[in-house]
Amino acid sequence: MIGMEVIDPVAATGVFGLAWLMIALPALGALLLLAFGRWIERIGPLLGVAAITGSFVMAVLLFVQQLGSPVDHRAVSVPLYTWFATGSWQVDVGLLIDPLSILFALLITGVGGLIHVYSLGYMAHDERKRRFFGYLNLFVAAMLTLVLADDYLVLFVGWEGVGLASYLLIGFWQHKPSAAAAAKKAFVMNRVGDLGMVLAISTMLAMFGSSSFAAVNHGAALLASPWATVIGLLLLLGACGKSAQVPLQAWLLDAMEGPTPVSALIHAATMVTAGVYLVVRSHAIFDLSPDAQAAVVIVGTVTLLAGAWIGTSKDDIKKVLAGSTMSQIGYMMLAAGIGPAGYAFAIFHLLTHGAFKANMFLGAGSVMHGMNDDVDMRHYGGLSKYLPVTFWTFAMGYLAIIGFPLTAGYFSKDHIIEAAFGRSLLVGTLALLGAGVTAFYMTRLMLMTFGGSKRWQKDVHPHESPAVMTVPLIVLAALSLVAGLAMNWWIQEWLEPVTGAHPHEVGLLPTTVGWLTMLVVAAGVVVGWLVFGRRPIPAEPPAGNPLAEAGRNDLYGDAINDALVVQPVLGLSRAAVATDAKGIDGFVDLLSNAIGGVSVGGRRAQNGYVRSYALTMVLGVVAVGAVLILGLVG
Amino acid sequence: MIEEYLYLSVILFVIGAIGVMIRRNALVAFMSVELMLNAANLALVAFAFQHGSFDGQVASFFVMVVAAAEVVVGLGIIVSIYKTRRSTSVDNANLLNQ
Repeated sequence: MIGMEVIDPVAATGVFGLAWLMIALPALGALLLLAFGRWIERIGPLLGVAAITGSFVMAVLLFVQQLGSPVDHRAVSVPLYTWFATGSWQVDVGLLIDPLSILFALLITGVGGLIHVYSLGYMAHDERKRRFFGYLNLFVAAMLTLVLADDYLVLFVGWEGVGLASYLLIGFWQHKPSAAAAAKKAFVMNRVGDLGMVLAISTMLAMFGSSSFAAVNHGAALLASPWATVIGLLLLLGACGKSAQVPLQAWLLDAMEGPTPVSALIHAATMVTAGVYLVVRSHAIFDLSPDAQAAVVIVGTVTLLAGAWIGTSKDDIKKVLAGSTMSQIGYMMLAAGIGPAGYAFAIFHLLTHGAFKANMFLGAGSVMHGMNDDVDMRHYGGLSKYLPVTFWTFAMGYLAIIGFPLTAGYFSKDHIIEAAFGRSLLVGTLALLGAGVTAFYMTRLMLMTFGGSKRWQKDVHPHESPAVMTVPLIVLAALSLVAGLAMNWWIQEWLEPVTGAHPHEVGLLPTTVGWLTMLVVAAGVVVGWLVFGRRPIPAEPPAGNPLAEAGRNDLYGDAINDALVVQPVLGLSRAAVATDAKGIDGFVDLLSNAIGGVSVGGRRAQNGYVRSYALTMVLGVVAVGAVLILGLVG
Repeated sequence: MIEEYLYLSVILFVIGAIGVMIRRNALVAFMSVELMLNAANLALVAFAFQHGSFDGQVASFFVMVVAAAEVVVGLGIIVSIYKTRRSTSVDNANLLNQ
């Protein structure tokens, strides 16, 4: 592995000293919205939007500052206060504004802000929208803490905050049992990943004496290889939980129970990217351990195929997009696992994906808005005429995700596939296959939703959404088109201080792999059109295809979890209950029954009849006499 | 010749004991108790005579005194029970068991 010069962040000056406002504003917004109830019922949602807009402005200011700074002054540390100091331990809370974290801050506040605006329209008729916006702000504050922290412990605070906020938002419509169950499922599965995080941070504390990024980056060079692998694998477990990677992927599809803006915010643009951020941020560890990197690559590859597979067979529009999210995050993990050649591309794809997936989720929300909240694509069809803005913006997202030339995905995804071929032929081929499948299922989604004949249910009158919803769509659609072009030549150089230099020629025209990718994507689109474009869509999903059947059942992820985890735990707890009831309680019961029996016998003797007492006395005297006499004789 | 006294004493004692155990009437039970005490007295006196000492005879006087005191208390209780319950059956006087 290439040893990398660790660039220490410089002290904060000027506007950087106010960087904490980025987190404080949405946190304050959440506090106001959640604590001050009815007094601000009316202006609550606007307050939420204002808070995140403030954060966004702050992020842009910092970004502009950084653009103007020399390369080695772009990473800025903003120490805030000492969290706690005990014995030889001291944990400081501070922010690290560097090229990596500022990109995340822009994505979170930018896309998050658009989603806030969109929610103004989407949630307009919800009685609890003040609370909804409070949760959204809480989520944004937690996510910003996660990406801006300069210490793994502080990062973990944001990490948990994101878990909490996602739980609250997925279960926002808690009156639906399915939503409540989905929220719990997401929470519990995230806890499994958090276990990995806690162990990783503890190992860092034991190895380096501190969990700050600076200490870890400096100390990593001296770390024995097995420990690097241990920390790497533990971090990967944490990343799998948060980013819905195999084997902790099952919560993501159920998480679509939340309101659609939540799906866009949490499950496309921000929360699930935390795992990728973690791996890239911890590159000093992963660079040392080829085994941990291989594990990341395997997880990413398996997930990108599994997600795409699920995407091909779902009829619920949001679940198709959820499968697609899994798959795209898989691409990012794959890139992050490749090492220095892939870090920048992972972040690149993460940013473009944040734009086009948020666009498509919000588009799906707009479709549902017009279709009485029906999510079944078999009840759609022919919507392009009725929802023109939604259709066109969605189409931009579609082009971006399949990698149509010059759109965002064309640059970011092709780079990853190329880097995957650089890693190994097998991984490259599988990534290429994933691109084809992506094109297939996205074509299917487009054709079933916007193309073909109307298959609407009764009393459905599709209508375009209000401007407050369509304007964010238009902005995101524009980003889906130009984001790739804008960052293609810039992002590697920009991220160099964080991820290390690994110049990789990027151009406008496709390379050999690029041409191959385009061919595969085109094949995917054509197959999609042949299957779903030429014939009417049946109202019931056709049976008999085992592959589609498996996809519809989330590749039996729930069944596997049930068999491997739930049933053994249930068995164990049943055994514990049986031991308690039969073994321990049995012994105690036996003892008390024996004492009870003896006392019942004793009570019977006290019958109140003088004559029986007399008999007892006589017998006693006879017995005493007998003993005395026999004693004398003997 | 002392055996005859002891046989009589045993017989009287057993009669008294059986009387206490099987008779319901408190007065009869009381008399049976007296019978047992006097059987013991007879045995004490008989042994004293045999040994040629007064110890047993003194003891029998003590027994008589205690028996007299006991009779006073016992009869008082029986009369009071009879007044309240109109019965002297010992089986009916089992209130403490209720």
